[in-house]
Amino acid sequence: MAQSVGKQQPKPHLREEWVGRVYTFLCILFLLLTIFSMVYFVASKGLSTFIINKVNLAGFLTGLKWSPDSEPPLFGALPFLIGSFSTSILAAVIAAPLGFCAAVFMTQIMPKFGRKIMQPVIELLAGIPSVVYGFVGLSVIVPLFRDIFPGQGIGIAAGAVVLSIMILPTITTIATDALASLPAGLKEGSYALGATRWQTIYRIVLPTTMPALLTGIVLGIARAFGEALAVQMVIGNSPHIPRSLFESTSTLTSAITLSMGNTVMGSIQNNALWSLALLLMIMTFVFVFIVRMLERRSKL
Amino acid sequence: MQDIGLSAHKLSVHYGEKAAVKNVSLDFADRQVTALIGPSGCGKSTFLRSLNRMNDLIPGARVTGDIWIGGENINSPQTDVVLLRQKIGMVWQRPNPFHKSIYENIAFGPRYHGIRDKKKLDEIVEQSLRRAALWEETKDRLHNSALALSGGQQQRLCIARSIAVKPSIILMDEPASALDPVSTAKIEELIAELKQDYCIVIVTHNMYQAARISQKTAFFMLGEVEEYDDTDKIFTNPQKISTSDYITGRFG
Amino acid sequence: MNAKTADKIATALIVTIAAIIILILAGLLGYILIRGVGHISFDFLTSPPETIRAGGGIGPQLFNSLFLLVLTMIITIPLGLGAGIYMSEYAKPGRGTDFIRLVVEVLSSFPSIVVGLFGLLVIVNLFGFGFSLFSGALALTVFNLPLMVRITEQGLKSVPREQKEAGLALGLSKWKTIRSIMLPIAIPVILTGTILAAGRVFGEAAALLFTAGMSSPRLDFSDWNPLSPFSPLNPFRPAETLAVHIWKINSEGLAPDAPEIAAGASAVLIITVLLFNMIARWFGRYVHRKFTATK
Repeated sequence: MAQSVGKQQPKPHLREEWVGRVYTFLCILFLLLTIFSMVYFVASKGLSTFIINKVNLAGFLTGLKWSPDSEPPLFGALPFLIGSFSTSILAAVIAAPLGFCAAVFMTQIMPKFGRKIMQPVIELLAGIPSVVYGFVGLSVIVPLFRDIFPGQGIGIAAGAVVLSIMILPTITTIATDALASLPAGLKEGSYALGATRWQTIYRIVLPTTMPALLTGIVLGIARAFGEALAVQMVIGNSPHIPRSLFESTSTLTSAITLSMGNTVMGSIQNNALWSLALLLMIMTFVFVFIVRMLERRSKL
Repeated sequence: MQDIGLSAHKLSVHYGEKAAVKNVSLDFADRQVTALIGPSGCGKSTFLRSLNRMNDLIPGARVTGDIWIGGENINSPQTDVVLLRQKIGMVWQRPNPFHKSIYENIAFGPRYHGIRDKKKLDEIVEQSLRRAALWEETKDRLHNSALALSGGQQQRLCIARSIAVKPSIILMDEPASALDPVSTAKIEELIAELKQDYCIVIVTHNMYQAARISQKTAFFMLGEVEEYDDTDKIFTNPQKISTSDYITGRFG
Repeated sequence: MNAKTADKIATALIVTIAAIIILILAGLLGYILIRGVGHISFDFLTSPPETIRAGGGIGPQLFNSLFLLVLTMIITIPLGLGAGIYMSEYAKPGRGTDFIRLVVEVLSSFPSIVVGLFGLLVIVNLFGFGFSLFSGALALTVFNLPLMVRITEQGLKSVPREQKEAGLALGLSKWKTIRSIMLPIAIPVILTGTILAAGRVFGEAAALLFTAGMSSPRLDFSDWNPLSPFSPLNPFRPAETLAVHIWKINSEGLAPDAPEIAAGASAVLIITVLLFNMIARWFGRYVHRKFTATK
């Protein structure tokens, strides 16, 4: 027992420990560096429209006309902002009740069928690539809308429908988790008082899970807001504020997707697109912030 | 007077503001079994886990005081805990064999500590399994998964695993509480056998077990040692009312 | 209206909506498969596309997608594992770690088009990798890393604490315990998640438009020297993937059979993603059974 166990010369295990520490730390450092450089580069590019090209910020945000090739070029991003917000919010308006009903169905009405069949299928839906959604939207929804409603079928409505199917899995999964994690006593107490299932759902279940449901909806909107190709394929891509839901318009993402390849790096036309990307990024921060707030509230 | 294998001096453990162990000083003799008993939440497991610095893993846990092994305080930031833990074996409440073969479970430690020779490793595996009274049951299926063994066998394997790296101290945290009576009896026999070579500290809920296998017993309550004496004395003639109340089953 | 009637109506409504959702999903999958599968043939899967004439295939695109997937995973897995291990085992709880967590969450919510733009600016232009498979792989790595980190963290969290303690109590170093004791137990969870992440990579297009590019050089499938410019294995050549191809023929396809090609390619994409999904599920179940049956 006299042998010392503590302070000894460096041993192989110390080097090994060091390797592990350094390796994992470098990985996380890489991740952090990537994110910060991403924010930095997009921000500096996006801001140069206003700083170098002297485009008026207020005019950029409220301007109704986007015509980069006219003389002088006009950069009014409001049509894109309206396009992005209206499609993604409308998509959430469609998907949220559907997702909530699906979650109630899977947890309260037919849990076995829900877990075995419905949940896997919905998860599968989450894995379908967005271009495929765009393709289906273009070949099914757009012609359908063209037949039923006035116009070409393309526009906010088509975009919102495609997006609503895309974000349905997000909303459903989060709602299902929230409903499944409710303490059993809560529901049983309500049943014991003679309440019906529906009364229990809208008086007890809905209010208690509200923050989680909202989290799901915000995450859904965030995903819809950032989606590029599926929307671009069905929205029509004309840079105007539409007068109806079935008229061609654009979103932030679709404008970037279409024009980024056709502009010269460093030109004012190009920088304006980066400003749109910066707007997208800022909205991402806003969404993450809202989700955090909601999560904090649901913990209380 | 026997050699001291391990000695704690004014040891306290805090979780945040709360003190789980308060100012405990205990000497553990070499080649002897010391039992730590007491009601749930009295700090006996926390105390045990401090002895091989396992509490380092728990965020917010703070261990103060000295732990002496062979003239060195191992509760210091300079201590190389990896080397320290090679000297101290540990057995948990629930058997936790690695998800590997029986052979690998035992050879893993020694190989890591530098023994590469296949023959030498075979020898260590056999010896350790024999010591743990598991050799006869497992010698034909050394390369099967350890998870296929019964709970009692798994626990003996865990003991074999810890003695394979040649520790001098073995800490046991209720090693038989998850086992059936037959397996428990085997584990107790094994402990009695192992005490010839090791300093063993065992936490147990079962007072009969403490009486059967230990030479010394410390009674913990609310994070403090109420009484520490020869096991015979604690069980036949306790000095404190709380000890006798606990032993006679008035609480706990 | 009394409570019982309301309950009945609500239940009926919910069941109907659930049925409609299932119908939509089934219709969606059915539509793509039925429209597309008929167009899939060996020739379609192997021949190069045509710009103006009918009868083009998706051979190079399919190859590019698979090659890009492999490249991306080779870069993503070691980085993601390392960062995930750091977050779960080395990071000390506190403000710094909370901040890293927030940052990773933000990265995982960035739209993929923004990731693609970043790739264009930094990887393609600043580092000078040009429109290439390698640039695409790096962009997809950025896009996939947060997911990989989360998967690794989840996997390590599923390891019982006693396993980790047993390793450390034997006198193993922390790194050795993580590598040899914890990771093998966490592998099923990590692998299942990784396969699903791979499916995501396979279908991603927006992040690739401006990194891997929207066209492929004429590939010479008899030239397997990774350094020659027409070799399929050259990671520094531009490469249009299957998902990008679908987007492109839908928005600017000139070939008369463009809709059929899009349908066929979509079906191939869906089937591949389905396959990834099924493999992940089957694998998860298999490992689960293997671990529980021997207990």
